[in-house]
Amino acid sequence: MTDIMTPALGESVSEATVARWAKKVGDAVKKDEVLVELDTDKVSLEVAAPSDGVLDSIDAAEGATITPGTVLGRMSAGEGKAAATPAPKVAAPAAPVADLPLSPAANRVVTEGGLDPAAIAGTGKDGRITKGDALAALETRSAAPAPAAAPAARRPVHELEERVRMTRLRQTIARRLKEAQNSAAMLTTFNEADMSGIMALRNEFKDVFEKKHGVKLGFMSFFVKACVNALKAVPDVNAEIDGTDLIYKNHYDIGVAVGTEKGLVVPVVRNADQLSMAEIEKTIGDLGKRARDGALALEDLQGGTFTITNGGIYGSMMSTPILNAPQSGILGMHAIKERAVVVDGKIEIRPIMYLALSYDHRVVDGQGAVTFLVKVKEAIEDPTRLLLDL
Amino acid sequence: MAQYDVVIIGAGPGGYNAAIRAGQLGMSVAIIEGAPTLGGTCLNVGCMPSKALLHASEMFEQANKEFAHLGIEVSPRLNLKQMLAQKAESVTALTKGVEFLMKKNKVDWIKGWGSITGPGKVAVKGADGAVQTLEAKNIVIATGSEPAALPGVTVDNKRILDSTGALSLPEVPGSMIVIGAGIIGLELGSVWRRLGAQVTVVEFLDRITPGMDEEVAKTFQRSLTKQGMTFKLGSKVTGAKATAKSVEVTVEPVKGGSAETLKADYVLLAIGRRPYTTGLGLESVGIVPDKRGVIANDHGKTSAPGVWVIGDVTTGVMLAHKAEEEGVAVIELIAGKAGHVNYGLIPSVVYTSPEVAWVGKTEEELKAAGIVYKSGKFPFSANSRAKINHETEGFVKVLADAKTDRILGVHMIGPQVGEMVGEYCVAMEFSAASEDVARTCHPHPTRSEALRQAAMGVEGWTMQA
Repeated sequence: MTDIMTPALGESVSEATVARWAKKVGDAVKKDEVLVELDTDKVSLEVAAPSDGVLDSIDAAEGATITPGTVLGRMSAGEGKAAATPAPKVAAPAAPVADLPLSPAANRVVTEGGLDPAAIAGTGKDGRITKGDALAALETRSAAPAPAAAPAARRPVHELEERVRMTRLRQTIARRLKEAQNSAAMLTTFNEADMSGIMALRNEFKDVFEKKHGVKLGFMSFFVKACVNALKAVPDVNAEIDGTDLIYKNHYDIGVAVGTEKGLVVPVVRNADQLSMAEIEKTIGDLGKRARDGALALEDLQGGTFTITNGGIYGSMMSTPILNAPQSGILGMHAIKERAVVVDGKIEIRPIMYLALSYDHRVVDGQGAVTFLVKVKEAIEDPTRLLLDL
Repeated sequence: MAQYDVVIIGAGPGGYNAAIRAGQLGMSVAIIEGAPTLGGTCLNVGCMPSKALLHASEMFEQANKEFAHLGIEVSPRLNLKQMLAQKAESVTALTKGVEFLMKKNKVDWIKGWGSITGPGKVAVKGADGAVQTLEAKNIVIATGSEPAALPGVTVDNKRILDSTGALSLPEVPGSMIVIGAGIIGLELGSVWRRLGAQVTVVEFLDRITPGMDEEVAKTFQRSLTKQGMTFKLGSKVTGAKATAKSVEVTVEPVKGGSAETLKADYVLLAIGRRPYTTGLGLESVGIVPDKRGVIANDHGKTSAPGVWVIGDVTTGVMLAHKAEEEGVAVIELIAGKAGHVNYGLIPSVVYTSPEVAWVGKTEEELKAAGIVYKSGKFPFSANSRAKINHETEGFVKVLADAKTDRILGVHMIGPQVGEMVGEYCVAMEFSAASEDVARTCHPHPTRSEALRQAAMGVEGWTMQA
């Protein structure tokens, strides 16, 4: 009998949820076949069979919260066996049974604390809520930074409405965004960039570029390079607050937000200052594909120092992005629209993109933020500045 | 050749309960037992007869020492022959009861001694020497245990007794030496002390009843000493020599020092039990017991496919109710159900007076594991029913997790506590907090109120002391 263990979930991830069992008890499985999928705060993980055999038991049912080292289930070697001896039934803690009466102590804690028993995961027999579970729920609530308002009783769902549990990823996104808003002194500064230069450059070189590097020349590599250049000029934007200290980061790991079916993820282009334009394009292409396939690893998502988000692909004209804590800056790109602008005293039609920089005013002064955005604008309007390190 | 879904070797509490469960689940089942009656050690020469003598001897002692205080004047006279006869009657009735349960659940009792001869094959040798072979899809080993031996002390069951011999002495000894201050030694020592023997208990360790919470063990020893039992702890028995009328036991301090010779009419050797696997044919299926004779198991399975093991002969405490629990679990696993034994919640009871009972972790175990706990204690001297009955010795102690309040262990010494520990087994099986018991109404006046008051003590609101 082999235990199927919860694998290491990566740094700073302490727990996961069992999303789906791909196999049933008694199923024959081949080595490396996916047994179970786990959701963590950041990514989905798949746990594969360590060897050929039969799944004997499922110890962590779908929806169960688990930590590294938790036994998910057990499997044994051999095949025909499952047929001969029916595998033991799942002894996993069932989902909390809402209509079970509470024990006297749990009832006291829930009543005095104004807790919603339906929102507490029970660890007792058959998923019952123990006093310890209720106390933990009380503690979590009082530890929450904002008064998460005594959880209101679940409101009834109208027949034209549907209640869907948030995925762990969605819950994490929600929590992180709110945390960023609660902690940072966040505000946004705007500018605009004339894209005609960069578009001309791209039109001129896109074929030779693709031929040589095997990847299309897009706008993102220009923006990544422009941001790295601006971060070097205004190091505050690449810093983060740690208690009463500031940590300045002399590495440039640029997060690029990617929309996926499950929600927004932000994989990181590492050491972007050392990559060529082609390498940046390739990295972004690869991360984006893996994000949409749900195949990102945790380390792909960790340790970014600055983030770029492009609402323009959905047609956004103007937005105020929220920081990706603990970072201090995020650049918002938007849709390119032809607009009448004045160039050298004449009205001309130019492709214009509005740029937004949201920043943490605790770290970055207004002057720094504006300077940063102007630097980005200048580099985009005339990429030769990047070449000359201006 | 007779074919069965399950063949169980041994008809003790593990085996016969497994057989009943198998019958209930519609399996064809045979139980092999060579002794003339069913029930194994527990019913024939263990729990049951010892409880019969403990009860009778306690009545005798009460009649002698306590009735007068209650205003009942009697001069009791011991009729040992009758006391042993009523014990035998009860035992017979119980073994017949098991026989009835076998019939009721369509279990075949194959009389004889079983041995495994290969995968799925069990040979049974009857009293007449005839051998029959059974074919079994599943074999359950439930052969139990026998009293452990001590070099230099040869049990003859005339003067040097094991627990079986001590249950049927034809006379009350003037003096008795009990080797081993475990549960069996103290129970049987209590029986003969109550009936008139001078009892000296010799124990290798420097405490009695290992495994029992230390605070309880100290109170227990004080109580037994007050009753007239003598203890020689930290003492090693190096030999016993029997003559026609007495025994000489040589004892030396474990720490070193000069040996001494103790003399008594009888000696009871009760230093524990060892797994019984003689003639079981384990080698035919490649099972190798460890050097103490224990057969290992993984959720009831041995290393041999289709061979299961339960009770004293495998790992864990040697208690009838543990074997019973395993018997049911193993049969349910064979049937594809979710059989399970919660080894953390197997209660222990000592049927002396006062009784001792506990379940879960001792304070020593919690400290060793680094678990932070709170404790609540309530003495029976503050319990109304115990006071009225003049049974005020002892206390209840509840240990609970300091953070979650989950009950981790309960330890009791006092009147009838063996009957009350089950309340905490249920509570703990449901992961109860001490407050759960503290907030559960208990009948008044009963001794069980002490259980609630002790639970209240964990969070500091004991009301009646």
